[in-house]
Amino acid sequence: MNRVFAALMASAALFATPADASKIFVSNEKGNTITVLDGTSFEVIHTFNGGQRPRGITASPDGKTLYICASDDNLVRVFDTETYEELPSLPSGPDPELFVLHPSGNPLFIANEDDNIVTVVDVHTRQVLAEIPVGVEPEGMGVSPDGKVVVNTSETTNMAHMIDTETFEIFANTLVDSRPRFAQFSPEGGKLFVTSEIGGTVSVLDPADNYEIAHKIEFAVPGVLPEALQPVGLRVTADGKKAYVALGPANRVAVVDAETYAVKDYLLVGQRVWQLAFSADGKHLFTTNGNSNDVSVIEVATDKVLKSVQVGEQPWGVVAVP
Amino acid sequence: MNFAATAARAPSLAVLLALAPASTASAQAPAPEPVEIRAAVLRVDSPGPAPISRLDLPPADLGLAGAKLATADNATTGRFMGQSFALTEAVASPETVEAEMAKLLEAGIPFIVVLADAETTAKLADQAGEAALIFNAGATDDSLRAGLCRANLLHTAPSDAMLADALAQFLIWKRWDDWLLVSGSHPEDKALAEAYRRAAKKFGARIVEERTFEDAGGARRTDSGHAQIQAQLPVFMQGAKAHEVVVAADRADVFASWLPYHTWEPRLVTGSAGLRPVSWHPAHEAWGATQWQTRFERQSARPARPEDYQAWAALRAVGEAASRTKSGDFATLSAYVRGDQLQLAAFKGQALSFRPWDGQLRQPILLASGPVTASVSPQEQFLHQVSQLDSLGIDRPETACKF
Repeated sequence: MNRVFAALMASAALFATPADASKIFVSNEKGNTITVLDGTSFEVIHTFNGGQRPRGITASPDGKTLYICASDDNLVRVFDTETYEELPSLPSGPDPELFVLHPSGNPLFIANEDDNIVTVVDVHTRQVLAEIPVGVEPEGMGVSPDGKVVVNTSETTNMAHMIDTETFEIFANTLVDSRPRFAQFSPEGGKLFVTSEIGGTVSVLDPADNYEIAHKIEFAVPGVLPEALQPVGLRVTADGKKAYVALGPANRVAVVDAETYAVKDYLLVGQRVWQLAFSADGKHLFTTNGNSNDVSVIEVATDKVLKSVQVGEQPWGVVAVP
Repeated sequence: MNFAATAARAPSLAVLLALAPASTASAQAPAPEPVEIRAAVLRVDSPGPAPISRLDLPPADLGLAGAKLATADNATTGRFMGQSFALTEAVASPETVEAEMAKLLEAGIPFIVVLADAETTAKLADQAGEAALIFNAGATDDSLRAGLCRANLLHTAPSDAMLADALAQFLIWKRWDDWLLVSGSHPEDKALAEAYRRAAKKFGARIVEERTFEDAGGARRTDSGHAQIQAQLPVFMQGAKAHEVVVAADRADVFASWLPYHTWEPRLVTGSAGLRPVSWHPAHEAWGATQWQTRFERQSARPARPEDYQAWAALRAVGEAASRTKSGDFATLSAYVRGDQLQLAAFKGQALSFRPWDGQLRQPILLASGPVTASVSPQEQFLHQVSQLDSLGIDRPETACKF
């Protein structure tokens, strides 16, 4: 009896330890706050000040450090994910909107929407390493799994700019449909997905073919005006089989077969769905719904929307830490 | 932050220019000589009375600033395409405009944005003939999209019909469908009033009564030469049939700005004052517009006006055509701008394009109320078989334009 009890306790502890530690951080653009959700119960466990107009949000590979684009502070704010203590800020260049961290954890590549540049910042020395001129209104930032290529999308120029992460120079530009918002590589790096908000499409670029467009994914939902289908955030599952695309004012997330590019389903979530993030174990997908001030939780295995959680005012970005 | 060291390590623009290929396909080939795409903006200033409010005094670079911003935006994109963009700015009087236009045409400038009244704009389009594509970024007259329409003339300024329909949709959605229509006595006021009559009929509002406020000229009313229009309005507005809103048609800017708080009945004022349908407003923030506003204000040190946005949209359409067609050829660019492939992203939440039947840019219309954008039309309840944007203004079956 005692032994059974002990074993139960041990297994409970085994399950509890990783689950207890995982958290989801949501940036609230209008509320100037960061909402913290528990990674298991998805309940709000904490809210803290995120600076002025927090948008882009990411975490270090070890999950210990949280980076936030505080757009109107012209800074990247840094927090300890355990204690929520604010650490020294990073320079960002003006109006940082989105950024991507090199897979090694350093440096940070930041899109400066007002200045038509990408700023590269060393997160340890807090020095600006380079400023790379790109197109008008740089926004989306993606990095290849091997860390060799950073991609920036410029919304008014309508291009994906491919940047060599060693030389900080652009080596290829690809014209995509109107207002490219986001760029995401497939996990093995063989595909680059670029969403076009006004064009209403996702372009799949082939890195092996000098980033030419290999395919364009289109969307259609009965009863929803085609103009409302505006792809913004995108995430690909770790096995590379499924891509999820946030469709903004259509209030839906499209589930796409990442190999055949067929759209398999449209999941109804909150209003103006913007960015997406997987949980640390990849079993859940979180969506920020800017106009309904909530986060939807999607179960990846079943593509079911499990619940929605009220967060702060105008949630924009989301990241999970183990 | 050691900025000097940073700058030294950052790749210089010149290096990037050399490195950035015109397109991915030609990445291996040496960058060709940039193709130059030339445009001009021509504004005609006519003498006239000052606006009612000094806040509405026209800035010296009205419209020109929008064209300048579009040229800078196009040039940034052009760096990656091997294309450069040049802008010539000109301001003329009604007497000098023909000569100014001749200069631009002589210089071989193929894209010309015009900010002028309707008749001058049509004349300038005729003067250009096949040598240039003209963009009307100033005149809202429906006549310029009907009898005065020209094959080489596109309109980024919304038409009076679009503006009236945009307001009408909102008022109908609010169920404020009994209107008192008050118009000015100038021909452009009468034309605008006609657009409101058409909008009322189209969307099912009732104009319960119409009144005309005569512009008798300031000096005839008072010895000081200063007509107290605001003092005349309460009496002028007295005894009207029961109405829910006042719709003012006052393009000449004689009285409408005085209407709010000077009506006889406590009714909201819309149209030329109060809730105003506009193509652009400096408070508009949605769909990334904040970035455009910031860019504009940093360049020109003032808030943007509709004329600036309209001039910007015209030249951005040319820039978009240049990057999509990878061409600097006039015929190629013109065909793309007019064609149905154009998807101009212009901070209004959906792609814009030109209507083939009268050259009008389809666009959502902002409903501005003082310091904010109160709403944006088309209202989602008003559907259309082709594009919801065509629920605003003159649709294909109604057009009186024959190219």
